[in-house]
Amino acid sequence: MSMNVKIAIKKLRVAFSKNEVLKSVSVDVYKNTITGFMGPSGSGKSSLISVINRMIDFEEGAHIEGEVHIDGQNILDGGHDAVELRRRIGTVFAVPIPLPRSIYENIAYGPRLRGIRDRIMLHYIVEDGLKKAFLWDEVKDRLSMSALKLSGGQQQRLCLARTLALKPEIILLDEPCSGLDPISTAKIEDALSELKKDITIILVSNNTKQIARITDFSAFFYLGELIEYGTTEKLFTTPSMKKTEDYIQGKFG
Amino acid sequence: MTKNPAKKEQFVKLVLVAFALSSLLFLFLIFIFILFEGLPLFHKVGLKNIIVGSKWAPTKGFFGIYPMIVSSFLVTFGALVIGAPMGLSCAIYLSEYSGKKMKMFLKPALELLAGIPSVVYGFLGVIYIVPLIRNYIGGSGFSLLATSIILGIMILPTIISISFDSLMSVPKTYREGSFAMGATKWQTIYKVVIPAARSGILASFILGMGRAIGETMAVIMIAGNALRIPTSILDPLRTLTGNIALELAYATGDHRLGLFSTGVVLLVIIMILNYVANFGIKRKM
Amino acid sequence: MRINPRFTNKFVQLGLNFQAFFTVGILVIIVAIICFKGFPYVNFEFIFAYPEDMGRLGGIFPSIAGTILLALLSILLATPLGVGTAIFLTEYTKESVFTKIIRFGVESLAGIPSILYGLFGFIFFVIKLKMGWSLLAGVLTITIMILPTIIRTSEEAIKAVPRNLRIVSYSLSATKWETVTKVVLPSAIPGILTGIMLSVGRAVGETAAVIFTMGSSLRLPTSLMDSGRTMAVHFYILAREGISMEKAYGTALVLVVSILLINVVAYYLMNKAISKYS
Repeated sequence: MSMNVKIAIKKLRVAFSKNEVLKSVSVDVYKNTITGFMGPSGSGKSSLISVINRMIDFEEGAHIEGEVHIDGQNILDGGHDAVELRRRIGTVFAVPIPLPRSIYENIAYGPRLRGIRDRIMLHYIVEDGLKKAFLWDEVKDRLSMSALKLSGGQQQRLCLARTLALKPEIILLDEPCSGLDPISTAKIEDALSELKKDITIILVSNNTKQIARITDFSAFFYLGELIEYGTTEKLFTTPSMKKTEDYIQGKFG
Repeated sequence: MTKNPAKKEQFVKLVLVAFALSSLLFLFLIFIFILFEGLPLFHKVGLKNIIVGSKWAPTKGFFGIYPMIVSSFLVTFGALVIGAPMGLSCAIYLSEYSGKKMKMFLKPALELLAGIPSVVYGFLGVIYIVPLIRNYIGGSGFSLLATSIILGIMILPTIISISFDSLMSVPKTYREGSFAMGATKWQTIYKVVIPAARSGILASFILGMGRAIGETMAVIMIAGNALRIPTSILDPLRTLTGNIALELAYATGDHRLGLFSTGVVLLVIIMILNYVANFGIKRKM
Repeated sequence: MRINPRFTNKFVQLGLNFQAFFTVGILVIIVAIICFKGFPYVNFEFIFAYPEDMGRLGGIFPSIAGTILLALLSILLATPLGVGTAIFLTEYTKESVFTKIIRFGVESLAGIPSILYGLFGFIFFVIKLKMGWSLLAGVLTITIMILPTIIRTSEEAIKAVPRNLRIVSYSLSATKWETVTKVVLPSAIPGILTGIMLSVGRAVGETAAVIFTMGSSLRLPTSLMDSGRTMAVHFYILAREGISMEKAYGTALVLVVSILLINVVAYYLMNKAISKYS
């Protein structure tokens, strides 16, 4: 298996005033894999992905040092266009947040921003996104219904479909299944396993079982430091650090 | 298609800044033009002769507005005497006694009072309040008393809504603590809730004063507009606002400047009241 | 002698009950008087005919048209300015000395009484800018007067839109302006409309600021430079100069009913806006 590095995080340090949430972290995320970031709350894993999609720009008082290269380009360069970056990087948040409009319009939101007006084209994008998120069969007859009326699990798949509609190269999922039932969780996991053929996926989760189930690589963070990083198989069978082992075995977290 | 999003964002921000600055520009213009027209006369006639002069005969060179300043404060005080207790009791009823449904009905209904134009208040004052006073109490009816009653009603919405907000912002735990010690509802309101909401209530009174002192059309219809300091509540009187409204349409030369001087004095009073009210509210928060 | 606190409690409750309903009673009485007295004189002709003999006879059509023109044009100017200011204050800047100064300006404008707006509009628009008594001078004066209301209500409405929706929009590669126009404003519209309706109500009922800027010509204004008369001004002149009590009551009815309707719509929208996110 020849591995291309998609995202190279180099000595990344993030601090909010005096509070250092990431301490010089370096990770390579490989193309077309699912990489799991795990760790107890306060480990810095969520801050890390908010640097990758530059959503951290909206947090007040964030201080960032280091570099994040995507396809060899440093996205923390002053001149790098964050809006264009977010078209390439989709994000799914912990809580499903549908926009207060129809299912169709939720998914068409991103493509419309990109100037796609053609109805047939838009319809194709919406259908494709919903199918890839395993939601199409449940909603195909009611695309004009308000997205707020969907169940929590459906809403989260809608958010995934909405992200897919932008044809991203990377998808970041920040504990996407934390509020979902096992069936919805399974559907999202199935979708992700399919999607990694074309897309590089980072899954942030506190759920070690989920990380073990579907990721190829995993990284364990603790108090802002990267404790261990490797193939998921290695991490979950022969971890080299005691902390990793304790966390995976559920001794804390 | 957006050609250059970054440039477009810059442009949008620039336009929005300009919009936001427009309010400041308007305020600046209002001050400049009222002061610019009003101040020269203070220089020419003398501040003292205007502020404490008691004779207003602008065509003969007398610009004393002292009686109007006193009258403005008298009607404002009168409005407060009538409006403050009524408004505060309504606010207390709304925040402490009324149920949710009652609140949903009463609050908008009371705020509708604010929507009724001042000319309508003035008109009803002339038709109903003035004759009532003339027939049962005495005088011509066009009086400090009539004006105070109408202004008292007109400032109710201001007093009610601001007092209500400050009463509602008193934490529930304060009330529960008081009930737990065996206090009755009224004791709780009187000893705990009202003192806690004190500054907001005070601010509502001051803003009510600001409304009363600035009110014009209703006042000129019922105040009688006499050019002297009233000696009883049944005497007619002329306020600063009334002076401007009554004469602006035909005044020229120094006469018009005199009306702007009246405006300057009014503007200063209003600014002080607003500053005090906002300071009062902010201190609470 | 100490009065039983329970007795006082009951007594006060009764008193406050009475007071609240007394105050609402004032509103009801005012509206009832205007309706009963005005009703006999309001008919199709009254609304659509031109006045004759200074308003002693005929209808009030020009003043209705004047009122609508004044309110509509002022809203058209004040809405972009006010909503734009609110967007700037909430979305495009952090709290700073600069925003404090702008807020101070807005608060100060809100506190200035209408007669001073009239005085300013008269000297600035009518005299210095040589507009004369005209619809234009009236519109510009009223625009400034209603601006603070629109800014404050829009700001509240925009602030009430959940931050999450903005975050989602940004994450879907929207720019700030795209987020504002496509997500924030659509959600804030009921609240913004409330401010607009309240402002329309204010413009319709205003007299002091209008009479010295727009003037009081009885003709129908056909250009921006024409003088005109709003219903409130017409009513004031009819009543004050004792021209016709009948017509005065009729005008008052049309005036008060329009304002009440406008305000009721405003509160309906406000409740809709509040219930949306709670």
